[in-house]
Amino acid sequence: MKSLLFALALSTAIVLPGAAFAKSVTLTTEMKNYRGPGAYIVLYVTDSKGTYKGSLWMAGGKSKYYKHLPGWFRATRGDLEQVSGITGASVGAGRTLTLNFDLADGLFDAGYKLHIDSAVEDGRDVANDVVVPLTSANAGKPFRGKRYINTFTFK
Amino acid sequence: MLRMLHKYAGLASAVLVLVLALSGVALSVMPAWEKSQTPIMVEYNLSVADLATRVSSNFPEIEQIKRAPSGRITAYYFTNGNAGAVVVDPATGRAVADYEFSPIVRWLKNLHRSFFLGDGGRIAAAAGAMAMLMLSVSGLLLLARRMGGWRHIFAPVRGTLSMRLHVDISRFAMVGLIIAPATAIFMAMGTFDILPQQTANPPFPTEVSGKMGVALADVAALADIPVSQLRSLKFPYVDDPSDVYTLTTDQGEGFIDQGTGVMLAWEDAGSWQKINEFIYLLHTGQGAWFWGLLLGLMVLGAPVLIVTGVILWWVARRSRPSLPKGVPAAHADTIILVGSEGGSTWGFAGTLMSGLIAHGHHVHTTSMSRFDPAKYTKAKQIIMLAATYGDGEAPSSAKGFLDKLAALKQPPCARLAVLGFGDRQFPAYCAFSKQVVAQAEKLGWELLMEQDTVNRQSAQDFARWGYSLGKALGLELELSHVPVQPRTHKLKLVSRREYGQEVQAPTAILRFALPHNGLMDSLLGRGWKRFEAGDLLGIVPERAEVARLYSLASGTRDGFVEICVRKHPHGLCSSQLFDLEIGGEIEAFIRPNPEFRPGRNRKPVILIGAGTGIGPLAGFARANQNRPMQLYFGIRHPESDFLYDREIRDWQSEGKLSAVNIAASRIQQSAYVQDLLRRDATGLAELVKNGAQILVCGGRDMAAGVAEALQEVLAPHGLEPALLKAEGRYLEDVY
Repeated sequence: MKSLLFALALSTAIVLPGAAFAKSVTLTTEMKNYRGPGAYIVLYVTDSKGTYKGSLWMAGGKSKYYKHLPGWFRATRGDLEQVSGITGASVGAGRTLTLNFDLADGLFDAGYKLHIDSAVEDGRDVANDVVVPLTSANAGKPFRGKRYINTFTFK
Repeated sequence: MLRMLHKYAGLASAVLVLVLALSGVALSVMPAWEKSQTPIMVEYNLSVADLATRVSSNFPEIEQIKRAPSGRITAYYFTNGNAGAVVVDPATGRAVADYEFSPIVRWLKNLHRSFFLGDGGRIAAAAGAMAMLMLSVSGLLLLARRMGGWRHIFAPVRGTLSMRLHVDISRFAMVGLIIAPATAIFMAMGTFDILPQQTANPPFPTEVSGKMGVALADVAALADIPVSQLRSLKFPYVDDPSDVYTLTTDQGEGFIDQGTGVMLAWEDAGSWQKINEFIYLLHTGQGAWFWGLLLGLMVLGAPVLIVTGVILWWVARRSRPSLPKGVPAAHADTIILVGSEGGSTWGFAGTLMSGLIAHGHHVHTTSMSRFDPAKYTKAKQIIMLAATYGDGEAPSSAKGFLDKLAALKQPPCARLAVLGFGDRQFPAYCAFSKQVVAQAEKLGWELLMEQDTVNRQSAQDFARWGYSLGKALGLELELSHVPVQPRTHKLKLVSRREYGQEVQAPTAILRFALPHNGLMDSLLGRGWKRFEAGDLLGIVPERAEVARLYSLASGTRDGFVEICVRKHPHGLCSSQLFDLEIGGEIEAFIRPNPEFRPGRNRKPVILIGAGTGIGPLAGFARANQNRPMQLYFGIRHPESDFLYDREIRDWQSEGKLSAVNIAASRIQQSAYVQDLLRRDATGLAELVKNGAQILVCGGRDMAAGVAEALQEVLAPHGLEPALLKAEGRYLEDVY
């Protein structure tokens, strides 16, 4: 269980009106039972224009593999500052990654999307394994992933 | 120091290196296997544009085309939201098989790099690679030292099967055994961010045309690049006009507009990337399958080296006599110092130690080389057991002792007792121990008792000395020593040729069958040793404890064991040998004698011998290949004791002997070998001046006569026999 203040985790660019109001959000990422070692996955946020705004979590410790997370790498050019202090272990097949954040209210129902890229060694690199618009209506709904992620839920 | 490093690094890392090497060997065949499974590309100059067109026509939702170093093309795509991956035939763009990374390879790879233990395992594997590299480098240096320099590094090696396998395989595999761990360490340093890992990383274009659907065939950047240089082509995401084509080749990476086909950004691969990729290729063989196989074959030597290395260590350890537990030097009242060549003197030291400990003494035993009187603060007596090597030189465990003794300003307070070990047959009987006593007396060192000697490892001599030592110490010391015999093997007599009855010199050439060794015996070094002419055959007569030594007239390569024996009227051993019937057996062992052998060069050799001394010389002649070799052979009568008469004639006609000079003492023109040497003075001096080597074998009187004659022959030419001896160009095997 990770508990971080979203305002700290994201880059300062995402300071929003009303950021003082935060709510506790749980992000649950359940992996498929694929064959292979632990997956590197990264959770990041884009705005309504699709512009990268910041990263929430990087699961995977070796920076030399980050180029295999295509969407995130394209947006950041692999800038390690983006995930400094918010990295953890890679997530094994069939496992579930649960993250707890205090997220700013203004992040919801404002056109923001949460993306998850994933990659497994000697397997395929997947941009947008999951893309979820951050709306109140989507809270609690499981979203299916494309390749390595089975479901993703936030509430 | 180097040897210790090699030994302990090897023992400490044996299991680790074994797992790394075996999993590495299994992985090494993968590039070749992958190559064999890959559709062959017929169109040598096929462009990436053509390939991409073919593949995307079959897979509309294509995401990426990858080319592995083996040439295998894989396509990643989606159909109805399901991810798929296939191996593609470049000729058609169609799938030939579903692609999934082999679970076996994945398992092997994880075992190989981290023992399934994550980063901790990676560090352990890197430590294993480090140990392997240290073993390879220290082994190479040891090998060069053992073989007598880098020039001789590929010369044949002697020793047990374990030793020969260890050396031969390391010579074959050395390159791989250095490259595999060195590249592994390099890669591990990359993984842990100690070395830079950047790859080409162009900035993503901020502006794109916004158009979509350029025909791949019209994209110049793809049409110009042959598939052989392709690594990956990523397609833009469906319905995302801001996305681009991402092209990665051997040269670098770039982004291509999906509407116009224009290259928007490009970055060349940097030198670190190229270095890292080359190291990766060297380690894995990916992209160079033949090298992969070769490297695997070399690394396959590692398990054999580990097993033979551990056996060598174990055998050496076991063959060292075990001593009772002593005390540190500073706590001992009695210091025993051992000067031993073959190891038998250590056995006596052990017996002495047990005897003294039983009487309540605190004993410290070490080699004479490690003599350090400053440490012996509580010592009351220092006892030295000293063998002699060759002509009175220090034995190997006493090297440097006399220098240390000479450097002392005042004698140690503890009193000194010296016991010499030797063989009365040799003129330099216990010469080294006598030298030790002389030097100690000069220093004014107080003696505990008179110096004494033990002849031929005699247990009685030793017990008698122990009795006197006990008296000097005021105790009843009973030392009963059971000498350790070398492991003997049964030799079966296959033929006997007798000579010399008529001239009162009954002599025989005895030929025994070569004993057969089992594999385990060979590996553990307890089988019949390899030998060459000039080595010694130890024969233990019945009803006797101590072996008699005979010079060998054959080598392993001849396929038999041959000696010359002269019958002595009261000789226990020679009589038993003479009475042995064909098919009869004796107990025997090999004792190497590498000092007495023709040098490893092409210089001429002068063989001088008399009587049974012809044995090793005949062996040298038999093994001779095209090097000038002259023989001077002293006998009594050509009709009677001309040993090897037939062979010597054959060898001469075959060119193995360039000249044969026979001196017979009981014919009309009676002559001894020394007479012939004087007759040929000019020619001999000329040969020696040109680097010839002299080998003398026979009785002591004959050798003395030969030495005198050679002095006369060589001195006028400015050649000094003593100097030649020191250079190893004048060798004697005298009995």
